[in-house]
Amino acid sequence: MKSSVIVFPGSNCDRDVAVALEKMQFKNKMVWHKETRLPKSDLIVIPGGFSYGDYLRSGAIAGKSLIIDEVIKAASSGCLILGICNGFQILTETGLLKGTLLRNKNLKFINKDVHIKVINNNTKFSKKYKKGQILNINIAHNEGNFFTDSKHLEELKKENLIAFKYCDEKGDINENSNPNGSLENIAGILNSNKNILGMMPHPERMIDEIISNKDGVNLFSSLLS
Amino acid sequence: MKFSVTVTLKKDVLDPQGKVVENTLKNMGMTDLKSIRQGKHFEIEVNENNITEAEKKVDDMCKKLLVNLIIEDYKINKIL
Repeated sequence: MKSSVIVFPGSNCDRDVAVALEKMQFKNKMVWHKETRLPKSDLIVIPGGFSYGDYLRSGAIAGKSLIIDEVIKAASSGCLILGICNGFQILTETGLLKGTLLRNKNLKFINKDVHIKVINNNTKFSKKYKKGQILNINIAHNEGNFFTDSKHLEELKKENLIAFKYCDEKGDINENSNPNGSLENIAGILNSNKNILGMMPHPERMIDEIISNKDGVNLFSSLLS
Repeated sequence: MKFSVTVTLKKDVLDPQGKVVENTLKNMGMTDLKSIRQGKHFEIEVNENNITEAEKKVDDMCKKLLVNLIIEDYKINKIL
């Protein structure tokens, strides 16, 4: 599997995700945002960070960069796209994913390990997880409060496009287990073709027992199989 | 030609920053304060002398980058 990680000024999880991909035997390339050609890729990762210092809106400027035209073309031909954290925000700004990410409800930057539940395990990103499996994954964001219109929310539910929801350690999904105010505790969504996943939690930080846990490993190994 | 663009969160979207500012002003004794919505302000100069054309260009800038239409409303005013 060949992967590309897009790097913007202000990206800061680009190398973390590259380490995760290489550990899982992806042949990875880093692609600077000013490039106009993408290397041949089965997977494109838009990493986390603070592209362009979050100027205007998180992800807004990166969403208009040169390489994004190529990402959009690749997405429409079925290439797998994974946006993590700022990457999720960028994907919503490009229109590849609908909805948006508002400021956290409590107005605070949240950096902690939270629990999320696998809602749909019938996707290329999540098939190695069990349905309803509870993962312990780090979040680190200021704008992670997922919001969308009621029509899109219906579509997400009807077409099973919600990938992950925030929950507590027992798996209960409620207001207390919602760290940032996201609509219906949504932590990650797919597009209707299910080849694009955007998520606020950081699976690339959960690939090594020594520094965290291995709850993120299956996301990458799902993509390999 | 110069325009000002004001971008605010839509009525139904929670504006926590505006709420905090509102509460602080109330705590400072400004009890007549009814509500506050916080927004963004842009001053935009365009090389175009025809007002309809100029407005169209600013509107295009709003739709393509300055405004997230899912959550934000905007108003364009000519200032010069």
